[in-house]
Amino acid sequence: MRNNSIVLRRLDVWARDTWRPIAVPAVAMLAFMLLWSHAAASVETTLGRIPGPVAVWQQAGALWADHVAERARAAAFYERQAQRNAVLLARDPSAAVPAVDYTGKPTYVDQIVTSLKTVFTGFLLASLVAIPVGVLCGMSTLVNAAINPFVQIFRPVSPLAWLPIVTLVVSAVYVSPDPMVQKSFITSAITVALCSLWPTVINTAHGVASIDKDLLNVARVLRLTWTTRLVKVIIPASLPLIFTGLRLSLGVGWMVLIAAEMLAQNPGLGKFVWDEFQNGSADSLGRIMVAVITIGLIGFLLDRVMLAVHRLVDFGATR
Amino acid sequence: MRDTGVLIDASGVSKSFAVRGGAREVLRHVSLSVRRGEFVSILGAMGSGKSTLLGMLAGLWPPDSGTISVGGEPLRGVRSDAAFVFQNYSLLPWFSALENVRLAVQAADPSRSRAEQRAIALGALEQVGLGNAVNRRPGQLSGGMRQRVAIARAFATNPEVLFLDEPFGALDALTRETLQQELARLCARKERPVTTVMITNSMEEAILLSDRIVPMTPGPPSTLGAPITVDLPRPRSIPQLAHDEGATDVRAHVVATLTASLGRHRHRAVVSSPAAHELQPAHAEEGT
Repeated sequence: MRNNSIVLRRLDVWARDTWRPIAVPAVAMLAFMLLWSHAAASVETTLGRIPGPVAVWQQAGALWADHVAERARAAAFYERQAQRNAVLLARDPSAAVPAVDYTGKPTYVDQIVTSLKTVFTGFLLASLVAIPVGVLCGMSTLVNAAINPFVQIFRPVSPLAWLPIVTLVVSAVYVSPDPMVQKSFITSAITVALCSLWPTVINTAHGVASIDKDLLNVARVLRLTWTTRLVKVIIPASLPLIFTGLRLSLGVGWMVLIAAEMLAQNPGLGKFVWDEFQNGSADSLGRIMVAVITIGLIGFLLDRVMLAVHRLVDFGATR
Repeated sequence: MRDTGVLIDASGVSKSFAVRGGAREVLRHVSLSVRRGEFVSILGAMGSGKSTLLGMLAGLWPPDSGTISVGGEPLRGVRSDAAFVFQNYSLLPWFSALENVRLAVQAADPSRSRAEQRAIALGALEQVGLGNAVNRRPGQLSGGMRQRVAIARAFATNPEVLFLDEPFGALDALTRETLQQELARLCARKERPVTTVMITNSMEEAILLSDRIVPMTPGPPSTLGAPITVDLPRPRSIPQLAHDEGATDVRAHVVATLTASLGRHRHRAVVSSPAAHELQPAHAEEGT
C-alpha cells in the first residue's frame, strides 16, 4: 500500500517535471499547425493559396536539396578544373594554369551565413562604440547629459530611414577598384549597427551609474588608479547590465537586418524574402514562410546564446 | 605604555546633506581627537550620522566646515596609511579572497612583484584563519568568512590607522564574538598597535574593544558627547564584562550621557542598550 503510494507520487512528480514542459508546448504547437493548415487553405492570394505547414516543410526540403545540389555542382566544377590544370601542367610544367572561382547562385544556406556575418559585423561595430560611450555616460553625469538627447532622438529611428543616408555615405567613402567586401554588406552592417547601438548604450550607462556605492568607496579607500578602478571594479560590476544591453542589441540588430538586406540587396535572408516576393512563383509564399521560421529560430538561438553568456558574467550581489 | 601623541584631530566639524527643498544638517560642531595606537569607538543609534563622520575622518568626503588633521597635517583625501572595513564586507564579488586582498596590497605599493603581493595577501588571510579558503569567491564564503577577508584586506597593507564601520553588524552572535576577539588581537599587536576608530551601535562591543568610547547624541544634527575612558584590563571577554564592576560603571556612564541628550530628542531612538538577557553569560541560558 505504502509502496504503491510512493510509486504514484513518483509518477506524479515525473509527469510534472519531465512531461509537462514538453507536452504543453507540443500540444500548443499541434493546435497551431491544425489552425494554420485549416485557415491557410481558405485564403487565396495572387500567388495562389497560402501554403499550409506541409507545403512549407516541403519547401524547406526543396531549399536544402537545392543547396546540396549546388554544392555538388561546385565540387564537380573544381574537380574538372583541377583535372584540366593537371593535364596542362603535365604538358608544360611552367604553364600559367587558371584558378577560376565557381560562380553559382548563393543557396539558402549561403544566404543564412551571409545574414549572420552581416549581423555580427554590425553588432560588433555597435558594441565597440556603445560600450565605451555607455561607460563614460555612466561615470560622468556631464557626459550623460551631453549624450542622452542623441540617444533619445536616434533610438526610435527605423532602419529604413537610416538606409538611404548610409547607402549614399558608403558609396561616397568606400571607393575601391577591387572591393574586399560588397558595398551592400557594409551598408547593411552599418545600418544594423546604427539601430542596435542604443540598448547597449542605455544599459551600460545604467549599469555603470548604479554600481553599489560601497564598491566605489572600496575603490577610493584602496586608492585604486583610474584604470584599475575601471577594469577591476566598474566594468565587472556592470557586466550583467552590459550583457543585458548586448542581448537586446543583438535582438534589435537581427530584426533590423532583414529590412536592411531587403533594401540594400545584401545577399542574405532579407534579399531572399524580397526576391521571392518579386518572383511571384507558385512556391514563393512557401519559401518566404520558410524564411520567416528560419529568421525566428535563429533569433531565438542568438538570444539563448547571449543569455548563457550573461549568466557566466553574473556574480550575483554577494560581496 | 602607548605613545600618547594625538594622531587624528577633528575640530568643529559639521556636515549637511541636500534633501528635497533644502539641506539637512547631520553633524554639528563635532570635535574628536584620537591618540596614536588608541582604539576609539563612536557609539550611537542608527542614522545618527556615525558613518558620515567616519567617512570624513577617513578622508572619503570633506566636512562642510571645521578641520580634520592626521599626524599634524590637514587631511586631503584618503591617506595611504589608512585602511577601512565596511559593515557589509564590500569585497569584489568577481575576485577570489586572495585576489581581493592582493588588489589592496598592489594598490598600496605597486612596485612589489606579483609573487610578493600574493605572499603578503596569503599571509594576511592566514592571520585571520582563512589559509584554506583563499581561492573562493565571496559568494562561496559565509558572512563571517567574508568579513575575515575584509579584515585581512585592511591589515594586509600594514596600516597606521584603521577605520571600522560597524564591522560586525551583519554577523550572528557567535561569529561576532570570535571576530571581535581576533580584531582585538590584531589591533593590539605589540610591534605596532594600530590606531583604530570604530563606529558601532553595540555598547558591549564598544566596551570589549575600546580604550575610549565617544557617545554620539541622536540628531539631527548629531554631535559627540564627552569621551568615556574604558580602563579595564585586557584581554577582555563578553561573559567576564557582564559581571565586571568597571564595565557596569562605563555602561551606566554611556547610558547617562545618551539619556541626557534624549531629553532634548525624545522622539529619537537610542542605542540598543543591553537588555538583561544579553548580559547573562552564555551558559546561564542553557539552565533555563
